[in-house]
Amino acid sequence: MPLEAYLILSALLFTIGVVGVLIRRNAIIIFMCIELMLNAANLAFVAISRSLGEASGQVFVIFVMAVAAAEVAIGLAIIVSVFKHRQTINVDEVNSLKG
Amino acid sequence: MNPEQILFILFGAVSLIGAIAVISFRHPIYSALSLIVTFFAQAGLFVLLGAHFVAAVQVIVYAGAIMVLFLFVIMLLNLGTLSAKGAMSRKLKGFAVILGILLAIEGVYIAVNAINDPAVASAETATESVNTTTYNIGELLFNEYLLPFEVTSLILLAALIGVIVLVKRGNQEEN
Amino acid sequence: MELLPDIIIPIIKILFIAHLLIIGVMAMIWAERRVSGWMQDRLGPNRVGPQGLLQPIADGLKFMFKEDLIPNHVDKPLYVLAPAMLLVPALITVAVVPFGSSIELFGETINLQIADINIGILYVLAITSLGVYGVVLGAWASNNKYSLLGGLRSSAQMISYELTLGLGIIGVLMLTDSATGSALSLRTIAIEQGAYLWQWNFLIHFPAFLAFTTAMFAETNRLPFDLAEAEQELVAGYHTEYSSMKFAMFFMAEYMNMIVGSAVVVTLFLGGWHFFGLENVGGPVWSGLISFGIFFVKTAIFLFVFIWVRWTLPRFRYDQLMNFGWKFLLPIVLTSIVVTGTLWITTGSRLVVGIGNVVAAFIVVSIVAGLLVMNKAPEPAIPDNDRQITPSALDAIE
Repeated sequence: MPLEAYLILSALLFTIGVVGVLIRRNAIIIFMCIELMLNAANLAFVAISRSLGEASGQVFVIFVMAVAAAEVAIGLAIIVSVFKHRQTINVDEVNSLKG
Repeated sequence: MNPEQILFILFGAVSLIGAIAVISFRHPIYSALSLIVTFFAQAGLFVLLGAHFVAAVQVIVYAGAIMVLFLFVIMLLNLGTLSAKGAMSRKLKGFAVILGILLAIEGVYIAVNAINDPAVASAETATESVNTTTYNIGELLFNEYLLPFEVTSLILLAALIGVIVLVKRGNQEEN
Repeated sequence: MELLPDIIIPIIKILFIAHLLIIGVMAMIWAERRVSGWMQDRLGPNRVGPQGLLQPIADGLKFMFKEDLIPNHVDKPLYVLAPAMLLVPALITVAVVPFGSSIELFGETINLQIADINIGILYVLAITSLGVYGVVLGAWASNNKYSLLGGLRSSAQMISYELTLGLGIIGVLMLTDSATGSALSLRTIAIEQGAYLWQWNFLIHFPAFLAFTTAMFAETNRLPFDLAEAEQELVAGYHTEYSSMKFAMFFMAEYMNMIVGSAVVVTLFLGGWHFFGLENVGGPVWSGLISFGIFFVKTAIFLFVFIWVRWTLPRFRYDQLMNFGWKFLLPIVLTSIVVTGTLWITTGSRLVVGIGNVVAAFIVVSIVAGLLVMNKAPEPAIPDNDRQITPSALDAIE
């Protein structure tokens, strides 16, 4: 398959992630959409890595995954504590600092 | 059509459908499952690209750990569908979708036209991935990218401490 | 693509292994009941067929004719999906396990393995990590308090012990020479271990072997780690609401996981199909069959250990389980990695590595145990931080 095909797929997946962040109000689903966007970026990395015949792209993917794992742990902990505090995870209802 | 094209279309379609399902299901547990399907299809795409190691790590890290964590939190907080109070108006949603379509067009345009770099164009003929084996990844990771690799471990450590602090503080407030 | 080597032989291998697994499950059900009977000084099932051998078939028939209930309050799609999501990973893990050396037939060299992929061990880890979804989804979809508790416990347990599982093999991978093939391939790992007992990995990496095996027990949800389905506390945990063949699928998946887990342990640590050169006896056909026989017997012996442990040890309490996983197993495997790497680079002798590993593990366990004794505060059995994680869950247990 040509490189373009993978890059187009990656762009579409990224867009779906962006739209998800825009239209959903559930913090958990917004979070999943962010993961989706990271994955779309990973796909582009690996595709370009293959096309250049160089492994650097795949190394970046591994870094992205490590950062994503750290981010998920922190993010979910924040969601849990917000839920305990406010009994909701609707991002429109959690809109004031010092809640 | 050769097998690679068939598989690409299959995995690509599954990952797109899964991604759309993530943002359209009402209940977060179904969204999480759709996301797992998408990750699997992506692992399949990685295998097609000859990146076996990344594909395995994708399944281990995303499907095996991160999504289990998501499911755990959804089950623990018993998060059903949200109340209608915070629902967005249809107008705003439509606007968001239009913005998304514009973004998609832009992305596709870049993907098709931006590869004028002669290095990429010439390398494309060498589809056989000789330099992207697990061995090469390891070599790069522990030579050229050693510093970023160590920094990654610091990030993970910071995340670990952060999570413990977050949870512990909530604990003390309750008491 | 040629017809014989590329299509027919793989299909035969797949059919053979899949059926062997299912027959193995039936044999395990029979063996478990008979062995437990023997251990408790009673008979066990011995009515159906000679020595009760046909009992699993009778059980299977009974399961099939039972009514397949779907309770009203369940989440239907996930409720139906969950047993399959547990059974499928159990079945496909075996694809990369080499169950013998090779046979030469019709001018072809047939490796006794369905697929020798170059990242075999990562594939095993990836697929076993998916087993948790069947349990978690079954628990959630049942819409039942006890099931949900079982699912929560199980997901936390599996994530915790997966770490030990993954880190436990790193020492093995470090010492596997990648000259004959990818060091991540299970076939290479099996070949690299020589014919004799002292060349097998379990002596060189003894602490990692013990930790890996323990984590394997935890991953299969067997006693003493069966907190997800503890009868006395949670009725039957995640499969409380299941009946008929759906319950049977949960049951089969558990036994299949055991069989595949044993096969993986035999490949990684117990020398695969090697046994003092016996595997080289005979011609190209016979040696292959003998190697398969050796592998089969080793796996069977290891499966007996599974049963033995189940009827010997009582169940862990939840906090004991977490403490054990995080405070003992994890430090042991981490030290094992460091010690193996250091000693291998400096001395290059497997003997030194083996001794160093045992000594280091002993030191680590003493330090951890000492710290735990010193920090022991007079407090309830369940520490506060656990209560924070699952407030309702633990209150219900108390």
